[in-house]
Amino acid sequence: MKKIALLITLAVGALLILAAEDFPRWGDAHAPANDYLSPYYIEKSLEETAVPNIVTAVLADYRGYDTMFETTVIFCAGITVLTLLRRTQRKAPKAVRPRPARQGADVILQSASRLLVPVMQIFALYVLALGHHSPGGGFQAGVILGASFILLALSYDLKTMLARLSENTLLRLSALGVIIYAGIGALCLLLGDNFLAYAALKVFGFSEVMAHSHGILGVELGVAVTVMAIMFSLYVDLASGGDLDEGL
Amino acid sequence: MNWDASLLWQFDVLIITMVILCAVAALTVRDLVSCAIIGGAYSFLMCLLWTEMLAVDVAFTEAAVGAGVSTVLLLGTALHIKRKSKD
Amino acid sequence: MADFLPYIVAKYNYWAALVLLLIGLYGMIAKNNLLKKVIAMSIFQSAIILFYVSMGDKKGSTIPILLHGHGEHGALAIDPSQYANPLPHVLMLTAIVVGVSTLGVALAVLQKIHRVHGTIEEDEILESIEE
Repeated sequence: MKKIALLITLAVGALLILAAEDFPRWGDAHAPANDYLSPYYIEKSLEETAVPNIVTAVLADYRGYDTMFETTVIFCAGITVLTLLRRTQRKAPKAVRPRPARQGADVILQSASRLLVPVMQIFALYVLALGHHSPGGGFQAGVILGASFILLALSYDLKTMLARLSENTLLRLSALGVIIYAGIGALCLLLGDNFLAYAALKVFGFSEVMAHSHGILGVELGVAVTVMAIMFSLYVDLASGGDLDEGL
Repeated sequence: MNWDASLLWQFDVLIITMVILCAVAALTVRDLVSCAIIGGAYSFLMCLLWTEMLAVDVAFTEAAVGAGVSTVLLLGTALHIKRKSKD
Repeated sequence: MADFLPYIVAKYNYWAALVLLLIGLYGMIAKNNLLKKVIAMSIFQSAIILFYVSMGDKKGSTIPILLHGHGEHGALAIDPSQYANPLPHVLMLTAIVVGVSTLGVALAVLQKIHRVHGTIEEDEILESIEE
């Protein structure tokens, strides 16, 4: 098996080395990848959406459908993990492996995470809100929010955390994010424009350009909510093996 | 010589070497928990490489997702299954 | 040989992506442990992301966030060659987040396999199926 694998790897490597001859030099400003569509985005995105961060503008406005279904993929992945692993009490015959129970509370860890978590969550909201002007946006903010809950679940225990943010709430939140995203799209449709064409939002009193900007912010909020709920629910299911009794 | 496409090529070569070392190490180490931790280090080095290639948004996402969440997921799985690997 | 070395040097981003891709491919085929296969898969994935991101790099450019751009009326004349190509960044940003959710699904399947067969070594699983 190892020999076949090595052979396949070498063959693929040789093919790719042959193909690399036709690639443009690294850093070429007029490589085919840089020459056709992307100058339009660089020149027009600020004018059309009032968002200086071109990546955010392209992500949530020009490629809005793409991001919407990426969010749906994340939602589906969370549901899949849940259905694969989740065991209710009566179905579980025995624990996979007995682990030593936690003894007492870890004071240093718990105090440190208690100080750290609010800072993380505020920073996540900052990243979400400032995604227009600096690196950041819905995906990053969602992951940081999810990581703050994971930190709490690691330093206290899973049951304490789940008492505050139950599995049902997580599922509802993850669906809510997708609904926010699709809802903004449908709202544009109701206002007489195309799906996810944020220019229709100008009836709320913005100029057309600012309507794009606020539409992007709303959509990013939906992405952040879904990503946060799914990241935490992935941790909950994978780290407890589906029993939801004890995490790492 | 056309090194100057990146900001600092010495830095670039150093990070690329370490990324490749981490990739090999993650696949050869026998303890699955160390495997997960080396995977986290790999993601973090990759994030440095992307910052240097001017992809700040990608680097930010990788720092949060790759070095943070996916390491925790791998650790959670590694602790639930047999920790030693055969190869 | 004299023009061979500049050729190697000018494209070292591709060689890095190539080496990582081959490491991932070899790991996915040859490793016996399923968790190692999953890690090899994420190495393969990040090699492809590295390839895309390095395509968007331009010599002497800066990050794709416009200078002096705040509010509606910020734009000065914008020269596209001054900013890195944002399009690969957008595609790869979503690919990373989708990558972690597929990693989650892979790990869930792996835990399920361990629950049924009691092992994640490929040969032992095959034996357990044949019994």
